[in-house]
Amino acid sequence: MTEYFPLIMGVALFILMIPVLYRIWVGPTGFDRILGANVIGTKTAVLLVIIGAVYDRVDMFVDFAIAYALLNFVSAIVVSRYLNRTISLKEMEAREKKAKA
Amino acid sequence: MNGFQFIAASAGSEGGSLFPLHLFGMFLGFLGLIFFLGTAVGMMRFPDFYTRMHAAGKGDTLSTMLMLTGFALVTMEDFSLGSWLLFVKIMGVVLFIFLSTPTSSHALMRAAFEDDEMPMTEEDLKKSRKRGKKK
Repeated sequence: MTEYFPLIMGVALFILMIPVLYRIWVGPTGFDRILGANVIGTKTAVLLVIIGAVYDRVDMFVDFAIAYALLNFVSAIVVSRYLNRTISLKEMEAREKKAKA
Repeated sequence: MNGFQFIAASAGSEGGSLFPLHLFGMFLGFLGLIFFLGTAVGMMRFPDFYTRMHAAGKGDTLSTMLMLTGFALVTMEDFSLGSWLLFVKIMGVVLFIFLSTPTSSHALMRAAFEDDEMPMTEEDLKKSRKRGKKK
């Protein structure tokens, strides 16, 4: 069973990615889509190690996995910074006035 | 012959056969798959962005760590220097994901909260139920 273990894990991981892909497809907000992309990116780092185990070249694919995890983290941080709209104090007060009126 | 040498010899002599370390690695891998099933179901079914983020942040981190640790144990064939290097590299990926995934989900949550994405309350649920009855 040891030789089939990476293949089974890879196929199961791929099938379980489909619901997350559905969330990317119909996400009500943009944040849902980014969250789903982040989850799939993290799982792709695992999938790279699994592909390495299938081809018996784990020593090469582990480096890809490290680089992919790093890029995924950086992309998540960059997108959340891009969407981060910090409200100034004046704008917040104006909104409160609007809500009261 | 101490225990360590015995494990190494049994691993080297019987190529491809099961021995406790591989079995433990496969167990961890399947456990990670179960946690990822929880993440996938949570991202499908939860009604709100923050609850979905709860499912994704926790389940994703734990399942990735468990699966990578399982693969680090499964790929450990003989206890030579190369396989130890591989083990340490995979554990480095595990450490990085342990640090990075909660950080990125925190940043995303903060961005969503400052972008006026409101969490679902009980009133919203009542409204949606009323709307469903009218339809």
